[in-house]
Amino acid sequence: MNDALDVTLRLLVVFVVFLTFPLIVGQTEHKVMAHMQGRLGPMYAGGFHGWAQLIADGVKFAQKEDVVPAGADRRVFQLAPAVALLPYLLVLLAIPIGPSEGAVGQVLDAGVFFVLAVMGVGVLGSLMAGWASANKFSLLGGLRTAAQLLAYELPMLLAAASVAMAAGTVSLPGILHAFHWWWLPWQIVGAIVFFVAGLAELQRPPFDMPVADSEIIFGAYTEYTGLRFALFLLAEYAGIVVLCGLTTVLFLGGWHGPWGADGLGWFWTLVKTAVLAFLVIWLRVTYPRLREDQLQKLSWTLLVPLSLAQIALTGIVKVVIS
Amino acid sequence: MTPAAATAVLAAPAPPGFLSPTGVEIAFLLVGLVTLGAALVSVTTRQLVHAALWLVVALGGLAVEYLLLTAEFIAWVQVLIYVGSVVVLLLFGLMLTKAPIGRSPDADSGNRWAALTVAVAAAVALVWVVVDAFRTTWIDLDGPAAGTTEVTGASLFRHWVLPFEALSVLLLAALVGAIVLSRKAKADAAAPAAPGKEGAR
Repeated sequence: MNDALDVTLRLLVVFVVFLTFPLIVGQTEHKVMAHMQGRLGPMYAGGFHGWAQLIADGVKFAQKEDVVPAGADRRVFQLAPAVALLPYLLVLLAIPIGPSEGAVGQVLDAGVFFVLAVMGVGVLGSLMAGWASANKFSLLGGLRTAAQLLAYELPMLLAAASVAMAAGTVSLPGILHAFHWWWLPWQIVGAIVFFVAGLAELQRPPFDMPVADSEIIFGAYTEYTGLRFALFLLAEYAGIVVLCGLTTVLFLGGWHGPWGADGLGWFWTLVKTAVLAFLVIWLRVTYPRLREDQLQKLSWTLLVPLSLAQIALTGIVKVVIS
Repeated sequence: MTPAAATAVLAAPAPPGFLSPTGVEIAFLLVGLVTLGAALVSVTTRQLVHAALWLVVALGGLAVEYLLLTAEFIAWVQVLIYVGSVVVLLLFGLMLTKAPIGRSPDADSGNRWAALTVAVAAAVALVWVVVDAFRTTWIDLDGPAAGTTEVTGASLFRHWVLPFEALSVLLLAALVGAIVLSRKAKADAAAPAAPGKEGAR
């Protein structure tokens, strides 16, 4: 009985985090973009600082009709948003926010592989949407998504493998237990590669070629309306939370902080995740979109060699200090 | 699961029988049936992209089977490599060739009986080998997990290094071969002047 209660409670907490954190990131994005680009629109709704803009957006999405194009593959079209969103819920289960046993949804023996594997599944949602919409812009968007995933999955995996080598374990809490502050400069190249590749996997600007609105309308999501479209947007924000949380855990020391108080572990994890999420938004409003060939070139000629070099460095240092 | 690791950890004193199965065994059987069904649909459906998506179900079911056998590492690698990369590559190919929505009339082959014979023969051989090898091995689910990353890694790099390295050389050869083929095709296309607008269709 106690076990069942424990499991239920953990699932509930993870679910609440899954429902709230992406919305917080979305709200922050509205406000940060409004300030950085001098946008007036998001600052009106609700009076003070436009606090009600996100609620208004939600109401708008809920009111819209859920349209399935006549030529579309109905079932695949309707299933796609769920396939895109649910993997991020599963990933959140494995991310530890504090050092204690209770601060992670579920301790997994091969946590690094679990999170990367399940994140890769989420992209299937975009591919299904792109194909099933019976729309050439959607199809192009799906193609670009697939090409981007194939290019950036490899450097992401290699960068994560480097940390796993350094820690001597593939369990996420295990990696954090092995963390020392000097891992930060040691793994910095891997951290940057991981973060950039993760941005590309989420199709966030400057890697938003698959949804480039000036060329292919909105890529794989062109035909979606109402709540299903909102689910895709939610998947993107959940992806930001997951990517920032993972980068924090793998490279920035997670719950370790300058004043190593044990009770403050969750605070450090959340602060680091929030700073990274801010960085993601900042990059969006700062950089122009990369062209498709530039995207591929960046991955294959820069990120893959860099991550291989990082693995070599990790191996050398590991042998020297052991 | 390698035979060496399996026999090392398992070998219960009194082998349990097939009657009165436990919950895990029932779950294993049900997931197995779903996997088999998805695999059958995947090869018989006339809708190309649906076949790829059913393949996702089959591969995911296989990962769940690994999980039920406590081989967590193998399960996640299965999802990462097959669902995350191989199926994405498949879908990429299908989209690139504009797989139609609905049935493809030409998604059938005149060799279906030959293909069926080969498939059944391969399946019988595999099932027979696996059953013959593991008939008497039982995994103790209550003890320490027999398929953790540590156990898998140790058995892979202690007992099976040579096959592992041979496989990686094989993959490297395939990679080099693919590069050579693609470069050759490019050179051929460039040699006769003006390939024309056909390619852009």
